Amino acid sequence: MKNCEYQQIDPRALGTSNTRTSTTLPCGRKNSQRLRRKWEVFPGNNRFYCDGRIMMGRQCGVLPLTIGLIFITSGLFFTFDCPFLVDRLTVFIPVIGGVLFVFVIMTLLQTSFTDPGILPRALPDEAVDIERQIDNSGSASYRPPPRTKEILINDQVVKLKYCFTCKMFRPPRTSHCSMCDNCVERFDHHCPWVGNCVGKRNYRFFYAFIVSLSFLTSFIFGCVITHLTLRSQGVNGIIQAIQDSPASVAELVICFFSIWSILGLSGFHTYLVASNLTTNEDIKGSWSSKRGEESGNPYTYNNIFTNCCVVLCGPIPPSLIDRRGFLPPDDAPQTVTSDTELPPFMSKNDANMCTQGTKELLQSMALSTVIQSTCTPGTPKTAPVTQESLLRTVSITVSPPNRPPSTGCSGHQAQRPIDVSCSQKGNKRSAHHTHKPMLRVSSPPYSLSHSPLILSDGPDMGFIPLN
Amino acid sequence: MEDVLFNLWFSRQTHSLQDLRQAAVTSKVFVQRDYTSGTICKFQTKFPAELESRMDKQQFEETIQTLNNLYAEAEKLGGRSYLEGCLACLTAYTIFLCMETHYEKVLKKIAKYIQEQNEKIYAPLGLLLTDPIERGLRVVEITIFEDRSIGSR
Repeated sequence: MKNCEYQQIDPRALGTSNTRTSTTLPCGRKNSQRLRRKWEVFPGNNRFYCDGRIMMGRQCGVLPLTIGLIFITSGLFFTFDCPFLVDRLTVFIPVIGGVLFVFVIMTLLQTSFTDPGILPRALPDEAVDIERQIDNSGSASYRPPPRTKEILINDQVVKLKYCFTCKMFRPPRTSHCSMCDNCVERFDHHCPWVGNCVGKRNYRFFYAFIVSLSFLTSFIFGCVITHLTLRSQGVNGIIQAIQDSPASVAELVICFFSIWSILGLSGFHTYLVASNLTTNEDIKGSWSSKRGEESGNPYTYNNIFTNCCVVLCGPIPPSLIDRRGFLPPDDAPQTVTSDTELPPFMSKNDANMCTQGTKELLQSMALSTVIQSTCTPGTPKTAPVTQESLLRTVSITVSPPNRPPSTGCSGHQAQRPIDVSCSQKGNKRSAHHTHKPMLRVSSPPYSLSHSPLILSDGPDMGFIPLN
Repeated sequence: MEDVLFNLWFSRQTHSLQDLRQAAVTSKVFVQRDYTSGTICKFQTKFPAELESRMDKQQFEETIQTLNNLYAEAEKLGGRSYLEGCLACLTAYTIFLCMETHYEKVLKKIAKYIQEQNEKIYAPLGLLLTDPIERGLRVVEITIFEDRSIGSR
């Protein structure tokens, strides 16, 4: 046919071409919906800001406290101690303090807001393929097929575990974080102080943060002691000095208590960096020689300097989850069991869906492409269900029919209790909520004329009308 | 997504577009990671059984081996990566906001290589390689299309 100029479409750029082609979608819907980005349907427990540029763990933990303490202590230092010290000593004191402070804040923010090395979950095709391999390799026996795989790394036997949530065998050194509900590469630990997991991609930021923080706290501690000493020499002793500068005492207390833990942590992590270990491995004793057998860390380079260089200065792999990529809307028809269902369905949508419904719908469509139909195949009984059928397809891999919660919009009769907690905002949240198997809908069941099919077959694709 | 990719792929070939659109996906083969050398990104070069009737084993191994070499280049530890790391540390890692890392540059190279391979070798055989980065560097996904009138090459 025509030899048009070919450009391989990068799925990440698919969005740009799609925005132009969205008018050609086979539906009567207005071209008002925007394309969804992948972060909006991300299945883990993460929060995203700035349209996917920034991410962190779901519970920010005590990150505000961490930031608050640092700001308050540094603020008090610059306001009350620095003027005295600049007079008496040198102007470099606030300069050094300032540099350290900026470094601490920047590394803290980077640790919190960077993707720690999350592995995207396996797509259904892959998951099926892996399952098949597991079944084939297991002996026809009475026990369930093994969910671990043993491999040899540098002549050391390492067991790879199968992750049931992410549906894949975890690569070595990867662990599943229960707080964030993600598999993270080179998982170190989940740090509540920074509100994020610490893994392959942000470990060096974390290390830089704790080291610079230990320098900062020691520096402030030293300066405050100097300040109080100098003041008490000049005037009427220590009591007067404290009365003149009460803020210094506050700083002293904060620094004194933080120094022990921060210095300890820095020392511990320095040891980990030098031996190329993670906190997770160290705590579990994965490579300790106490086990009696000849097991050492297979990842170490047996040289402190090399280990440090590798861990701290090695290349940072890019984020694998492609937060800002666009979801292709073209896959929507796949989620409906028969192609013919889609058009009539769509036209009814215009009349029946509110904007929120449209959003939910899109989200479902998007999700369905990501998580195809892993739920039990239910055949929609009637074509005109539409919104419901679309919504349904969204589902959620892990549990059987979850309906995307749609408060207020759903007028549907629920066969089972559904917790409709989210929804009107946070599309991402609704995607998240779809994971929960228990959803309770309090609205009374009423049948919609265009949706005869409802949850009559509960366990399958449940259809919830979103209106 | 694969359908879109596939369609666009072939728009440059001499096949009629109708033929290609009708090509159905028969199955998918997943080439898993090879962890025997550690956590570096490396794929198994074992030739999958499903492709035996479709393509040459040598060609497949060569493709995978080249990919492995490219990934090794991305993750290589050496003067350049250390320099990048130290510079980044000194600027409190803000340099990543304006500079593309070496790894990202190699990933672009890999994407280009895969595109070339698809164009020259795999598409005419009714196969399509998916860039592993789109699968989180877990697998190399090879989509096998129905072998229809793709006889003329």
